Amino acid sequence: MNRLTLDLWVGFFVAIGLASLLFLALKVGNLSGSNMGPTYRLEARFDNIGGLKIRAPVKSAGVVVGRVTDIQFDAERYQAVVGMNVNGQYHFPRDTFATINTSGLLGEQYVGFEAGGDEAMLKAGETLKKTQSAVVLEKLISQFMFNKASEDKKEEK
Amino acid sequence: MSVFHTNLLSTLRNLGKRVTDRLWRLGFASRFLLATLLYSGMTLKRFHLTIREIYFTGVLSLIIILVSGLFVGMVLGLQGYDTLQRYGSSEALGILVALSLVRELGPVVSALLFASRAGSAITAEIGLMKATEQLSAMEMMAVNPIARVVAPRFWAGVISMPILAALFSAMGIFGGYLVGVQLIGVDEGSFWSQMQASVDFREDILNGVIKSFVFGILVSWIAVFEGYDCEPTAEGVSGATTRTVVTSSLAILSADFVLTALMFRGV
Amino acid sequence: MSDSPPLVKLTDVNFAYDQRPILMGINMEIHRGQVVAIMGISGGGKTTTLRLIGGQLKPSSGEVRVNGVSVPDLDTEGLYDMRRRMGMLFQFGALFTDMTVFDNVAFQMREHTDLSETTIHDLVMLKLNAVGLANVHACKPSELSGGMARRVALARAIALDPMLIMYDEPFAGLDPISLSTVGTLIRQLNDALGASSIIVTHDVSESLKIVDYIYFVSEGRIIAEGTADDIRASDAPFVHQFVRGDIDGPMAFHYPSPPWRDDLYSGAVGHA
Repeated sequence: MNRLTLDLWVGFFVAIGLASLLFLALKVGNLSGSNMGPTYRLEARFDNIGGLKIRAPVKSAGVVVGRVTDIQFDAERYQAVVGMNVNGQYHFPRDTFATINTSGLLGEQYVGFEAGGDEAMLKAGETLKKTQSAVVLEKLISQFMFNKASEDKKEEK
Repeated sequence: MSVFHTNLLSTLRNLGKRVTDRLWRLGFASRFLLATLLYSGMTLKRFHLTIREIYFTGVLSLIIILVSGLFVGMVLGLQGYDTLQRYGSSEALGILVALSLVRELGPVVSALLFASRAGSAITAEIGLMKATEQLSAMEMMAVNPIARVVAPRFWAGVISMPILAALFSAMGIFGGYLVGVQLIGVDEGSFWSQMQASVDFREDILNGVIKSFVFGILVSWIAVFEGYDCEPTAEGVSGATTRTVVTSSLAILSADFVLTALMFRGV
Repeated sequence: MSDSPPLVKLTDVNFAYDQRPILMGINMEIHRGQVVAIMGISGGGKTTTLRLIGGQLKPSSGEVRVNGVSVPDLDTEGLYDMRRRMGMLFQFGALFTDMTVFDNVAFQMREHTDLSETTIHDLVMLKLNAVGLANVHACKPSELSGGMARRVALARAIALDPMLIMYDEPFAGLDPISLSTVGTLIRQLNDALGASSIIVTHDVSESLKIVDYIYFVSEGRIIAEGTADDIRASDAPFVHQFVRGDIDGPMAFHYPSPPWRDDLYSGAVGHA
């Protein structure tokens, strides 16, 4: 085979290879989304994080503003310390409320930020003071059953 | 000594010999890989040699990789939908198809196909060149066969493998899209957006590329070594070709386990 | 001629594969301009001699000198330097099957020289013309007959105008016409290039026509040597048997082995 045709075929081969990689990166993966530019770190303490995992999204008003980077256990206070990287363009008031929510009934868990009214903004490395733990389904159900049972008792009286 | 003892002893002796033989071959193969890398400087300077081999290993494997990728993706679409819709989360089909392809099936299946399509061809070619004294002739012409024959084929394999794996994954996702969205009717928007939300570029796609790169090194190494080391007879070449496919497949699957354990431990 | 130092000189060369001795006490001299044949039956150590001269094998003891340089002591670099001035024709040609005839002959020029493609083209066609095959330059080796392939291999062996050309069984498997063509070519090319040639062969009649000197090798030893006329006139029993092609003679039909009767009676052991 002629060397020019050979080069042409190999060039074509490499080109579609790169194109498919680009397709994977942009269309399949979240390269366009995860590339958040500069980020800063925030921490939050929770009594219970439920099924929260590293790399879970941090959302505010439903928009992804960051990701969970690490989860540690504080052996003194028996709490979970969740570290997050938040997109550098977004800033949150110091009294922002961090909750652990679930998307859908059984979906993945994420950290939700509800902005407060404080004038001062959170700086890199600071810890969110106000948090609400994950809703543990079993607890919820048993609570519901318990309430129901006590209601029934009242009605009997 | 009873017959049983004699048999046991000879079995043990055979086992020991086989183990030492394997170790000896592994050592020789490592030395061979080192030599290949050492002589690669000359080879890569004359890159058209490698381009030629990329044509034979990569371009000629395109059809089998693309068609297999498409069908694997379509099967994933069908099976995935069947399972997911029981839990009412058929929109997650995109995640399932993309993650299984990008992380596992893309690199692994394309490497297995590559080993049987291109790896065996490399072994047979080098083995036949040895059997017909072409390698000896080259040596007598003061041309190092490792630099001239082995290294270009090795690098062609290493370069082609990640490209083929990326094509396989892309084709598979397209197959999953065809079945899931076009045929079954999963919502197109959620198919893509859910996929994008959970496939991470660095964690999933880049790790998949790294995997296929490692597989490329393994398969190419095994293929050129088996060819170079084979007995220069017809049976020698056919045996070496079989060994290339078997050893490569085992190497790919075991390396996949190790790599997966290293890469996705944190998740 | 024999006044100048020999181009190739083997002194007391011994060689063994593992423990099996192949060559014992070989002394050989090849002078410039000569065509020398090494004859003997198959498996007698002739090809081994060529590989020792080409540096593909190292002798267990003794000296191998080419152009005054000790071959076993050369490092890879020096060996490759020496091989650039050697041509070798392998038993079945060993043409590169993935290249055309042209590329085969051009191979060494492209590997070892910085000649332009046009110069290479001219040189290759010159070499192919010398073996009478200029019109097949675009063919693949698989499209050639055995005799043609051998001639292309010959053209490839002389591509860089070597000082020494070695032929490993150049006549094996050729029809009578190709055979005498190749024989004549070997002589002509040797004289035209001013090179020396070593032919390893068991074809007596063809080689006696073209060579200057002959070594007879049997069981690792040189048992006779001399010019073609010496050999024809020789009454050494082995040479006599070889030249005439008798089955019985000093060279036994049976490969040395314990009497087969012993093997039969010890049958129970089998192949253990």
